[in-house]
Amino acid sequence: MLKYLLKRLAQLVVISFIISVLVFLLVHLLPGDPTTIILGVNATAANRQNLLHQLGLNLPLYHQYWIWISNVFHGNLGQSYLTHATVTHTIANGFPIDLELIIISQVVAFAVAIPLALITARRPNRPLDNVATTGTFGLLALPPFLLAPIFVAVFAVGLHWFPATGYVPFTQNPATNLHDMVLPGLALTAGSIAVYYRLLRSDLIMTLQEDFITMARSKGLSNTRIMWRQAFRPSTFSLLAVAGVNIGSLLAGTFIVEYLFAMDGLGFSIVAAVQQRDYLVVQGITLVVAIAYVVLQFIIDFLFTVVDPRVIRE
Amino acid sequence: MPTEHKVHSPTLGGTLAGTVPGQTPPIVVATALGAPGSPDDILAKRPLGPLFWFALAWVAIVAISAIIANLLPLQAPNFQNYTAINASPSIHHLLGTDDLGRDLLSRIVFGARVSLVVGFAAVGIGLVIGGALGLISGFKGGAFDIAFNAASFVILAFPAIVAVIAIVAFWGQTLTKITVIIGVGTIPIMFRVVRASSLSFANRDFVMAARTLGATSRRIIFREILPNVVPAAVSFGLITVAGVIVLEGSLAFLGLSVALPTPSWGNLIAEGTSNGNLQTNPYIMMWPALAMFLLLLSINLIGDRLRQRFDIREGLL
Repeated sequence: MLKYLLKRLAQLVVISFIISVLVFLLVHLLPGDPTTIILGVNATAANRQNLLHQLGLNLPLYHQYWIWISNVFHGNLGQSYLTHATVTHTIANGFPIDLELIIISQVVAFAVAIPLALITARRPNRPLDNVATTGTFGLLALPPFLLAPIFVAVFAVGLHWFPATGYVPFTQNPATNLHDMVLPGLALTAGSIAVYYRLLRSDLIMTLQEDFITMARSKGLSNTRIMWRQAFRPSTFSLLAVAGVNIGSLLAGTFIVEYLFAMDGLGFSIVAAVQQRDYLVVQGITLVVAIAYVVLQFIIDFLFTVVDPRVIRE
Repeated sequence: MPTEHKVHSPTLGGTLAGTVPGQTPPIVVATALGAPGSPDDILAKRPLGPLFWFALAWVAIVAISAIIANLLPLQAPNFQNYTAINASPSIHHLLGTDDLGRDLLSRIVFGARVSLVVGFAAVGIGLVIGGALGLISGFKGGAFDIAFNAASFVILAFPAIVAVIAIVAFWGQTLTKITVIIGVGTIPIMFRVVRASSLSFANRDFVMAARTLGATSRRIIFREILPNVVPAAVSFGLITVAGVIVLEGSLAFLGLSVALPTPSWGNLIAEGTSNGNLQTNPYIMMWPALAMFLLLLSINLIGDRLRQRFDIREGLL
């Protein structure tokens, strides 16, 4: 167990290092000059040189990388060239929004997908199963940039049930915050429900063919008990893996709803920073997001060992 | 109660929707990603169903009208008719016009070009490069496989969407560049699909037989393994096409896909949600959203039915 996790941890460190290099190169090798953004197009060459020097952008790349990464280890991700807000500040402001969107959308997705799969997998190809399977297939074709505008048109503009934009931190006013989060949260949850439901359903159907289920039936256990206590856990393997990838892609993938609902989450901040050539902001947020993704996969790997201890031996 | 689980054979493909009630799906042993039995066997037993043909028809209609858009009796997509601003659907403008008096049907038909070109061409790039690497990687194994496999994991750990946004923003917003950028992004995905499939065939008896008969590696790869890998590559490729269309739509929604005023479904939806258009004329958002929904649904459905038919397992990658 310990050996398996240590090996995973070592991989995590190596991958994080490679990602930090990739993030750095991504930002520095692309055309585009932050001095134009800061000084404007009419700045003199001397002024530009001066600024490049000040920002340390005239140093060799490996040197720049070294300065950046050693600052990162001191908890300093630099600051925006434009607003002079520190990157850590931007992340500290934006991350709670992303986190809340992810938690709401994933809790709803699991709360819908798991019971639905447990009910329909027991009797596949019956009317209820067909409705659920077809319905979730439709949800797969509704990405957030389709669903969010439809929600706004119907529930905000048409029915006035929810606000079209706005964000109040949870700590300030929990009720308003949750009310504001309903539409963006639901816009993100649709795809997850579909993916989780379809995967869990097909894995449950496979598990229900196993001998230990027949054994449980012959012991006279109730169906509810068989589904929850016997069939569910062995069927969650691919669900876990896919949930990890899916949640990871939501880490910066919430920008569509953040953009539409005017919330300054991480995804939205990255898009804004890219458009303004704000190197350190792009670099900082991307690094944090990428490493959060890798750590998430590490946690999922750990959960695998809980769900099915056999993975350690393989 | 005790017999109900017997109705269904242990095939995953057969239980993933689409089977006719009462008809027992064929019993096949699911291998990692393989299609056991001869393809004819499976084709005979699993009808594609009318929905599959509806989906194919919709994709064909969208594709053909996008190709011959210039020949259709449509107003030019960027022509502004000031006498018909925010017009409702009528015989002159079948889907109405937007807040600048542009014909919505025309913009949707021309906008389809962007989604389709990016979707299919990008995955084409991924399939050719990622597929070739995956085929060799799965067949050869060894250091080559370890290196490429590790590289694909690292690249997939990188938040792709951020990389795509950054590169598009820095490099330029033309159709070709966006296609290439997203295409390169799909390489590791197609690599993983093809590698997994190729790996599952590399040690099968017929490959061994070919090798015993003195076939070269090259011949084995092209003649023995490639034909078996194609079903998995195509059905996962189609699902990836849907994903790429979503990605392009998201970029367009943010104004990061093809530059305006060129219409694309993503920027049409964005246009429909800005400038108070949702209040004054919800059609601007609705029509492209509907077209996009039906296209994604159709592509997913085609990919899913093909995957079922060839009994390829979902969620392995």
